[in-house]
Amino acid sequence: MVALTQTKRFDSLELDCGVTLAPVDVAYQTYGALNAQRSNAILITHAFSGDSHAAGIDPQTQQKGWWDSMIGPGKGFDTDQYFIICSNVLGGCRGTTGPGSLDPATGQPFAMTFPVITIGDMVRLQAKLIEALGIERLLSVAGGSMGGMQVLEWAARFPDRVASAIPIATTPRHSAQQIAFNEVGRQAIMADPDWNSGNYYGGKLPGRGLSVARMVGHITYMSDESMRQKFGRRQREDQGIFEVESYLRYRGSQFVDRFDANSYLYITKAMDLFDLAAGQQSLTAVLERAKTKFLVISFTSDWLYPSYQSQEVVNALRRRNQDVAYIELTSQYGHDAFLVEVDEQAEIVKGFLLRVTKGVNRR
Amino acid sequence: MTAARQSDPFVRDLLGRGDYAIFSEIVAPQTCVLDLGCGDGELLSWLAENKDVDARGVEMDAAKVQKAIAKGVSCYQGNLEECLADYPDGAFDYVILSQTLQEVRRPLQVMNEMLRVGRRAIVAFPNFGHWRVRLAHLLTGRAPKTTRFPHEWYDSPNIHFFTVDDFEILAARENWTIEKRVFLDGNREVKMLPNLLAETAVYLVRRHA
Repeated sequence: MVALTQTKRFDSLELDCGVTLAPVDVAYQTYGALNAQRSNAILITHAFSGDSHAAGIDPQTQQKGWWDSMIGPGKGFDTDQYFIICSNVLGGCRGTTGPGSLDPATGQPFAMTFPVITIGDMVRLQAKLIEALGIERLLSVAGGSMGGMQVLEWAARFPDRVASAIPIATTPRHSAQQIAFNEVGRQAIMADPDWNSGNYYGGKLPGRGLSVARMVGHITYMSDESMRQKFGRRQREDQGIFEVESYLRYRGSQFVDRFDANSYLYITKAMDLFDLAAGQQSLTAVLERAKTKFLVISFTSDWLYPSYQSQEVVNALRRRNQDVAYIELTSQYGHDAFLVEVDEQAEIVKGFLLRVTKGVNRR
Repeated sequence: MTAARQSDPFVRDLLGRGDYAIFSEIVAPQTCVLDLGCGDGELLSWLAENKDVDARGVEMDAAKVQKAIAKGVSCYQGNLEECLADYPDGAFDYVILSQTLQEVRRPLQVMNEMLRVGRRAIVAFPNFGHWRVRLAHLLTGRAPKTTRFPHEWYDSPNIHFFTVDDFEILAARENWTIEKRVFLDGNREVKMLPNLLAETAVYLVRRHA
C-alpha cells in the first residue's frame, strides 16, 4: 500500500481563542475506497508526535505509517472494507498549518505569534476536511492518546456526524501529572539558547532542548517492566553508557529531524487545556447528545493515561445508558501499548466495526 | 413447549445450556437486554442476531470481554455488583443474571438493582434443594459435592446455598411479581416438585407495580 500525502486549503478557521486563521492547510492521507453510499469512512486521529502518514509505505522515505500494523487489507481497520482518512493536526509540522508555517501578513514563519490552539480547533479543522471529502457521517473516529482526545471531542461536538468512536488510552482531561511532564518538555525547549524565543527558522534548531523533551516523553510512554526487559542495566561497551541512555539519546536526536520545537509547545499546551466537561455540569451532560456507539480501550501498565481516566468516560456514558464497550487490555508496554498490542486491538476493533456497519446499513 | 425446547438447535448444538434456551424464548424481539456476567457474549450475540436485540453485557474477565467485543457484543469490563448503580432506572427491558446469584455477595441488593435498571429480571440459579445435593449432604455429612456442584467448599465460587423454595419466599416477601418460572433437570423441563427435582430454576420477575 503506497501512502500519498495530499493537501487541502480552506479559506479560514475560527479558533477557540477568537483568532481567525486564514488560510489553513491540512495534510492528509487516505487508504481504501469510499463506497457509493459514502458510509464506510473512518477518521484516524493521531497522537502527539504522529502525522497523516498512518499506514502504507511512504514512496520517498520507504517508511511505514505509525499505525501500519492496524490499518491495511485484512487488518483491524480493514482497507478492503473501509475508507480510512488520517490528517496532520492543526499546529503540527507535517503539512498542516502550524507555528512553522508562513504568516501571510508578514511573510515570515508564525513562530510564537501563532495563536493558542485547542483540541476543539483541531477537530473543527478535521470536520471541514471530512465535509470537503463529501462525507456527511463518519462510520467511526479512532485514535490513541491525544488522538483519543480528538475522538472524544468529535463525539461530544458532532454527535450526528459520527456513528461510532474508538478512544484508546486517553483521558477527558489531563491530570496534574500529565501537565507536569508536558511542562518539563516545554521548559527543556525554552531553556535551549537556540530556541531564541521561537525564532530559529532558517537558523540553528533548538535540538538539545527538543531532544531532552522527547527523552522525557519516551520514559512516560514505557513502563518499569518494559524498560527492565528492554534495557535492564546493560551497557554499551563502545560508549560506556547504559543501553537506556543510548536509546533515549537516539530517540531524542531522531525526533529533532522530524519535529518542530514550536509545534511541541503549542500541541502539548492544547492537550493540557483540553477538558471535555469544561463549562458543563458533568461529563455525562457533555456526552448526552451522543448517539455514537463507543469502544473504549485502556491498558493495564499505562501509567501516563491510567485506566481510571478511560473509565470516567465509560461510566459517564453508562449513566445515560449509552452504547459503550470497554476493555482494559493486559499489556506490559505502558502507554506505548496502543501502538504495540496489535492482535488484541485488531480483533475487537474488527468485531466492533462490523456491528456498527450493520447498524448504519439498517438506518 | 418441552419438545420445542429440546429440538431447538441453539440449545442442543451451540450452547447445551437449558437456561440459555429459556432466555431466548422469554426475550421479546427488538428489546434492550443487559446480561450480567455475559462471559464471551454467546447468548447476547445470539439474541442480537436472531431477535434484533440491543445487547449489552458486563463481564469481569478481560479475555472473555475481548471475545465478546470481537463477536460484536457491547461488553463492559467491570464488576457486576459495582456497576449496576451507574445505570439509570428502567434502562433495559430485561436484565439477565445466569447462574451467578449464588456467587454475589449481596443477592437481594443485586436483585433489587436488576429490577431498578430493568423492567424485568431474568434470573437462573442452581437449586441447592435438588435431591442429589440433599443426598450427598445426608450421606457424607460434609459440604455437598455433586457432578453439578463439583467444587470443594474452600474453592467454590458459590457463597449462598439457596433453593427454589427460598427464592419463592423471598419473592413473596419483596412483593416481586413472578411472571414465569421454568425448572430444569439437565435440559429437560421439570413439572412437579421443583424444589426436589430441579437442578436449575429460571424466573422471570417484575417489580410489583
